[in-house]
Amino acid sequence: MSRYKMHVLVCGGTGCVSSNSIQIVENLKKYLKENGIEDEVQVLKTGCFGFCEKGPIVKILPDNTFYVQVKPEDAEIIVKEHLIKGRKVERLLYKEPNTQTAIDDSKHMDFYKKQMRVALRNCGFIDPDNIEEYIARDGYQALGKALTEMTPEQVIEEVKKSGLRGRGGGGFPTGLKWEFAYKNKSDQKYVVCNADEGDPGAFMDRSILEGDPHSIVEAMAICGYAIGANKGLVYIRAEYPLAVKRLKKAIEDAREYGLLGKNILDTGFDFDIEIKYGAGAFVCGEETALIHSMEGERGEPTTKPPFPAESGYWGKPTNVNNVETFANIPVILLKGADWFSSIGTEKSKGTKVFALAGKINNVGLIEVPMGTTLREVIFDIGGGIKGGKKFKAVQTGGPSGGCLTEKDLDTPIDFDNLVAKGSMMGSGGMIVMDEDDCMPSVAKFYLEFTEDESCGKCTPCRIGTKRLSELLDKITKGQGTMEDLEMLKTLSETIKDTALCGLGQTAPNPVLSTIDTFWDEYVAHVKEHRCPAGQCSALLQYFILEEKCIGCTACSRVCPVGAISGKVKSTHVIDQDKCIKCGACYEKCKFSAIIKK
Amino acid sequence: MGKIKSLEELKQLREQYKSKVDIREKGDQMEKMILVRVAMATCGIASGARDVMDAFIDEVANRKLDNVVVSQTGCMGYCYAEPTVEVTIPGKEPVVFGEVNKDRVKEIVDKYIIHGELLDGIIPVTHKTVDD
Repeated sequence: MSRYKMHVLVCGGTGCVSSNSIQIVENLKKYLKENGIEDEVQVLKTGCFGFCEKGPIVKILPDNTFYVQVKPEDAEIIVKEHLIKGRKVERLLYKEPNTQTAIDDSKHMDFYKKQMRVALRNCGFIDPDNIEEYIARDGYQALGKALTEMTPEQVIEEVKKSGLRGRGGGGFPTGLKWEFAYKNKSDQKYVVCNADEGDPGAFMDRSILEGDPHSIVEAMAICGYAIGANKGLVYIRAEYPLAVKRLKKAIEDAREYGLLGKNILDTGFDFDIEIKYGAGAFVCGEETALIHSMEGERGEPTTKPPFPAESGYWGKPTNVNNVETFANIPVILLKGADWFSSIGTEKSKGTKVFALAGKINNVGLIEVPMGTTLREVIFDIGGGIKGGKKFKAVQTGGPSGGCLTEKDLDTPIDFDNLVAKGSMMGSGGMIVMDEDDCMPSVAKFYLEFTEDESCGKCTPCRIGTKRLSELLDKITKGQGTMEDLEMLKTLSETIKDTALCGLGQTAPNPVLSTIDTFWDEYVAHVKEHRCPAGQCSALLQYFILEEKCIGCTACSRVCPVGAISGKVKSTHVIDQDKCIKCGACYEKCKFSAIIKK
Repeated sequence: MGKIKSLEELKQLREQYKSKVDIREKGDQMEKMILVRVAMATCGIASGARDVMDAFIDEVANRKLDNVVVSQTGCMGYCYAEPTVEVTIPGKEPVVFGEVNKDRVKEIVDKYIIHGELLDGIIPVTHKTVDD
């Protein structure tokens, strides 16, 4: 019987670890020991709490106190004040950004109020390196139930009935995918977990593997039982060292407990998992490319059919699912398909994890029921736009997705609604943009990414993305023509129709989803050589306001090319021909006398 | 740790491990919990509040009361009656018990926490908090 009166959970996700959270754990333990209460308070590191904006996070239970931006040296005051005397440390509490009132209980934080954590149920709750904590949270019960009480057909039926769709981006019904793999008879089949998370700004798969690795191990074993496979492979990016480490530990512990290996729970079912490392190529998130990469071939996609369910890894029937998809499986089997399908919208069931990034107050990882609106996600949970600026657009679906604007804010988020609006769910990255973001530059950023990541196998993608990014480069430098804008549109349509795999087919989406909505912005770059958002440095001009300039000479001294002239105590002038638009004078002027437009 | 041989054994293990996370699970549903707060300032600790808190934790565990959370708080101001314990049943006003010892812990759990019956030794609440 544990004598612990309190638990102190310290976030051990990659974000908080890089802000020194491991040292916080060490210090807390040290001070607890010094004060003789190390047997009364348990300190442990958990997975990601999601509130990365204010990391490192320390949460104290049972009172749900939520400390933010904790430094290792704060451990002493937490122990002495809170853990010994029961007084909360006011200065470390989270403060509501708009009202500045301190919130001492995470239940009252807007960030958590509207969330529903299914895939992230154990992240920030258990110690990911401790299989016993996972078992205490009903871990491996779903596997046990499947093996002893259900036939493979019943498992597949349950997953089908739940309405779960692939969380990696495609949104294909998971149960149906399992059924295809089940129906293809073979002496050997494989279950593959796709942990090749590649969208810029998305980190939900990493967080699940870091925070709750056993849920993936369990789900893969369930899938193996359902489709008739006894071998599982996790394809994970080598750039996720912490996730790899925790997953390895989880696999070893599961073997030790007899939850992986031969004759699991004495049911005669064998299953084991091997880890395969990816080198971080975006295209390897595509399932055929992923399989080729695992076989030691080049990471290039091949046409489907044949689908992996028919001929995948080494030509055998293979079922590939994404990490977040797998994380939902044990809950579905335990709580039932009806429970799961009661959450969400008509065609998109359950919840979805999103990684909020960009110009938003609460950068972090959130999970909401499908059908939650963008407005709720961005303004309620996300806390609105940084610095009180105006919302301009939100990019969803990563490089394959598109931009949604003000008019789409009240759209309930689900697979089909996002596609109808010209974007897509993708793996769940959400990058929020404000009035200072230039849309042609955003499109250029994504096109440069896909140009880099194109595997080069098919012409539309290899050459098409190159030409698109060249055109966008020209436009953002003010050298574009109206013909270029037309070319941008037709080329995008052509690539979309002719590229071999999902990467190429969706690569033009950042252009297509911005060029109509923000047509005026594109035209301003071309016709007026002007960037309305003031972001394209090549198009900016700096001016000195006569009425504000006091002639302090600070700007002329800082200018690297001697473009500013003027006598002491008289108005200075910028020579536009010499100016290289570096912005040094703008930064230096203390009197707001320099403007850019 | 040997290999788990059956679903039964796995279920037994789960029960055994439950206590590892129960403080966290209770914290997650705080609004439904009966909250027992032991005043643990210098005066309280000097009068034996630690033993009282341990006694509460044991009593709650022995009786498998999964709707009771025992936690600590600072000085409540009733230094003449330490150790003091405040019990809050959801939807009811907090009740403060004074001069609590191990025997009184059993009584409080038996009568007030389980059956909602009041007993002797209640200190009238003389203060308001900023939350009120």
